[in-house]
Parts: sequence; C-alpha cells; structure tokens
Amino acid sequence: MLRYICKRLIYILMALFIIVTATFFLMRLAPGSPFASERAFPPKIEAQLNAKYGLDNPWYIQYKDYLVDTISFDFGESMKYKGRSTNDIISESFPISLTLGIEAMILAVGIGILLGAIAALYHNKLPDYLASTIAVLGISVPSFILAGLMQYFLAFKFGHFPVSGWKGFNYSILPALAIAITHAGFIAKLTRASMLEQSNSDYVKMARSKGLGKWTIVIRHTLRNALMPVITYLGPLTAGVVTGSFIIEQIFAIPGLGKHFVTSITNRDYTVIMGTTVFYSIILLFAVLIVDILYSVIDPRIKLKGAKK
Amino acid sequence: MARTDWQPQKIPSEKFEIVGIKQEETEKLADQSVSFWKEVFLRFSHNKLAIFGIIALVIITLLAIFVPVFSPYSYREQLGIYNAAPTATHWFGTDDLGRDVFVRVWQGARISLFIGITAAIIDLIIGVLWGSISGLAGGRVDNVMMRIADVLSAVPYLLVVIILLVVLEPGLLPMIIALSITGWINMARIVRGEVLSIKNQEYVLAARTLGASTWHLIKRHLVPNALGAILVTMTLTIPTAIFTESFLSYLGLGVPAPTASWGTMAAEGNKALTSAPWRLFFPAFFISLTIFSFNAVGDGLRDALDPKLRK
Repeated sequence: MLRYICKRLIYILMALFIIVTATFFLMRLAPGSPFASERAFPPKIEAQLNAKYGLDNPWYIQYKDYLVDTISFDFGESMKYKGRSTNDIISESFPISLTLGIEAMILAVGIGILLGAIAALYHNKLPDYLASTIAVLGISVPSFILAGLMQYFLAFKFGHFPVSGWKGFNYSILPALAIAITHAGFIAKLTRASMLEQSNSDYVKMARSKGLGKWTIVIRHTLRNALMPVITYLGPLTAGVVTGSFIIEQIFAIPGLGKHFVTSITNRDYTVIMGTTVFYSIILLFAVLIVDILYSVIDPRIKLKGAKK
Repeated sequence: MARTDWQPQKIPSEKFEIVGIKQEETEKLADQSVSFWKEVFLRFSHNKLAIFGIIALVIITLLAIFVPVFSPYSYREQLGIYNAAPTATHWFGTDDLGRDVFVRVWQGARISLFIGITAAIIDLIIGVLWGSISGLAGGRVDNVMMRIADVLSAVPYLLVVIILLVVLEPGLLPMIIALSITGWINMARIVRGEVLSIKNQEYVLAARTLGASTWHLIKRHLVPNALGAILVTMTLTIPTAIFTESFLSYLGLGVPAPTASWGTMAAEGNKALTSAPWRLFFPAFFISLTIFSFNAVGDGLRDALDPKLRK
C-alpha cells in the first residue's frame, strides 16, 4: 500500500513537471504579449516592464526562475492587474469555486444514485424508462447549453432564481445544477447497471427468500455493493466539475477561479495562467489519487496495482 | 436479466435487411468468424436506441454533406434580414449578421463531425500502434511505454488542450492536434489489455506450435478479437471529441469566423437568447442529438459484443 502510494506520488511529480515545463515553453511560443494591449508602450517602458518580470533574460534563466518559483509556490504578480499577486487571485476566488464545486458534486452524486436506484428497482417499467431518459438527456446535452436554457427559463422568464452573480445560496443553485447534471447522468447509468448486476447475485436472492422487504434489501444490501463503480467515477467527476466551472462561471458571472483562468488566457496573463494551471493540476492529480486509495480501502477485494509486487 | 426480451425466432425478417446492409463492411473484416459477427448484428439490431442512433447519424451526415451544396444561400452570405424568426424561406431563421441559420447549422455539422471523426481516427492509429507494440513486445519495452502513458494520462486533459489552443492560434488543424494529444492513451490501454489477454490464450499457443508466423497471428487472431473493443472505444471517442470541440468553441478557442462549428453557434446563440432563441436552439439540439446518437451506437455495440450477454 505504502509502496503503491509512493509510486503514485512519483507519477504525480512527473506529471506536474511535464505540465509546468510544457506550459512554460508553450507560453513563450504563444503569439501576443501581456503588454501588447490597447496602445504600444514607448520602447523604454516596455524594456523596463520586461526587466521587471524577467522577460529579458535568456529562456533558460527564465525557466530556472520559473521552476524555483513553482516549487516555492510563488507565481508572482499578475501581468495584467497591477499589484495583484497570482496567489491572491487564487486564494480569493478558489473558495467560491470550491463551494460551487462541492455543491455540484453533492447534487451529481445524489441525483445520480437516486435516478439509478429507481431505474434498477423498476427495471423495464415506466419509472425505469423515465429515469433512464433523464440520465441520457443529461449526458447528451452539453452543460453550457443547459446552463443557457436554465438561465433563460428558470431565472429570466419565470424569475425563480437570480440570473447571475454570487451573493448567496440562491445564486449557486442553477450553476451547480448545470455542472452536476451531465455527471448525474453518468452516475445514474453506473448505479443502474451495477444494481441490476447485484440483484442477480446470491446474497440478494438469499435476502429475498428470507422475506426481507424490497427497500430493506436495497438499502442494507444492494446499494452498498452497487456503489463501488460510483466511487471510481469520483475522480473523473472532480475533473469534470473543475473544467465545467470554466464555462459555467463565465455564463453566470461568478467570480471564481474558473472565470479567472479563462480571462487570464484571453489576456495572455502568463503569471496567472501558469499559477492557476499548476494549482488546478495539483488538485486534480491528488483527487484521482485519493479516489484510488479510497476505493481499495472500501472494497477489500481490490488490490492496488504494484502493491503485490 | 438482460436477455429477457431476446428471442431470435420472433424477429421479423425485414429488420435484418436494414442493418445487414449497413454492417457489411464490418463483416468483411472478420470473414473468418462470420457466425460471431452475425450474432453481434442480431443483438445490435434488437437495440432500438442503437438503431435510432445509426439512422440519426446517417441523416445528420447526409444533411451536412448536401445542404451546404444545394442551399440557395451560403453560410457566410449576409442577406440583410437580421435575427429573423424561422420562416418558409429561412427554416431556422437568420442570425445577427443576417446569415441563414439552416445553412450555418449544416456547415457547422461538417466542421464538428470532421473534427470529431478525425480526432477519433488519430486516437485509433496512435492508440492501436502504441498498445499493440507495448502488449506484443512485453517486458521492459511494455513497462516503459505504459509508464509514459500513465504519466501522460495523469496530466489533466482539458487544461492541456486549452493551453495548446492558446498557443497554436484557433483553427481546424490545431483543434484536432489538441484533441488527440492525450486522447490516444485510453485506446492504447484497451488495445494493450486485449493483446495481452489474447496473447496468452491457448489457441494462440496452439497456432504458434503449428508454426504460424507472427504476422499470421496478428491478422487471424489478434485483429479480429480486439476489433470489438477498438470499435466500441472509437465510437465512444467521437462524442467526447465533439463535446470537447463545442466546449472549446464556446470558450472562444474554436475555428475562426466566418466558419462556425456547432459550439461557436451555440455560444453566439446563448448571448442572443432573449431576442433570438432559435439561434441557440438549433445548434444545441443537433449537438445533443449527435452526442446522444454516437453514445447509443457505442453502448449498443458494446452490449452486442459482450460475450457475457451471449447465449
């Protein structure tokens, strides 16, 4: 187990190194400069700006500086917004994204398991078709389209929810739903399939022949075992929630990290792009690792690869 | 459980014909094991969703090919009627620059389908090569190749794609490169798994004992056996690619104007939602229908190929 975790940590470090290096060189190759905005600066000022951010150094010095900064987790000042450090931007906006993300994950898992369980319990009956249709629709309709439609109908037309902004719980419902529904669809599909598989197994037949009620069997026996595949989906779910926030925060004008990431890309704000990329990568890589470890802890039948060697 | 409604005798004969014709190419590839593929078609043809998906995809493809050719308007022509609701002359209305949305939707379908399918084919080529070399070589080569794949797959997919697109300038080719840069790993893993499990089968050992060459083994045993898994993975890669493309277009990283993919059109339509809802509705509907259809076909294929469901 310890060996496995060490191995995975090494992968994570290697992946991070690749990401850090790739972003550095890609950003250097990218056309456009953070200072090439509205009007051209006099050459002297531009030279001074370049000197301030170290852009006049040869690439290997810049690369070394950048690696050192990354390791000490200091990404420097934003090139677009004077006086704001990347760390400030992250620490200000990440809690918002985190709240939204956790809400979305709870919704995705809750709705997904509920739909899946209903579909499996009423296999090939009307509730199954209804639940499966909702799940399939959720998977097929991209989140940004759903967000637009919900914003138009639920918020703008009928006024049940605020249209955009971030001023309280009410403001988070629609965006969280928009991020969650695709994933709820996947989770519903997984839950349904694995519950159907479980309901054919011997222990469920045994429970049924003992005369246990339908719901007792589901809650005490089937669901617990059927949720294993759902746990494996938590890794991709985290990634999906993070990337989903890029667009959804834009649509609902939520000042979260996803919005800053997208804005920094259009602004060519190198320091912020690199800072957020590294930050996101760390979160995603560790989320996947935690899910894998969790999986083996919950299901003793799973042996982690590399652990047996 | 899953074979409750599956009874070969009860299938009306006309059902065979539709699918049989469309699946002939697949049959050609596996001429040695016709009975297996016949069985697969049979199960596949029973899956209503999958059949619906195939029909929808054929119709969408045909419209994407022919509408831009035969339409009286071109996708970039500005007709002077701005944000007009759907009428008999402009079936899907017009946009804010007075362009016919119907033509633009099918022009966009060309781009979205092209990007999705090309990305899937590139994934297929790299993935199959990487996976089969890794699986066949075994030992240290296998180890190194798979560790590379492991590390690459740990890199968050969309972050890389977004950063690549920022650097490469929006366009068709950069989009395809960005989509396939990490997309092949999944395919490589699946192919390697198939190769490893087939390599150790007794019939392969028997064939080898009888003096069969490696090439013969690949052609007669490996390819036909791994084909199912490859086909399913590829069918399920296309909708992911189409979704990612529309996602990126929505962020403004898509193909440059005046060409527009479904994602770009949906993004523009979303901004005009209050005044011209049809501009979001039509591209959104066709993105969703296409993604749904590919998923339905992929799931149908997987079920049809699953030996556990065979009886």
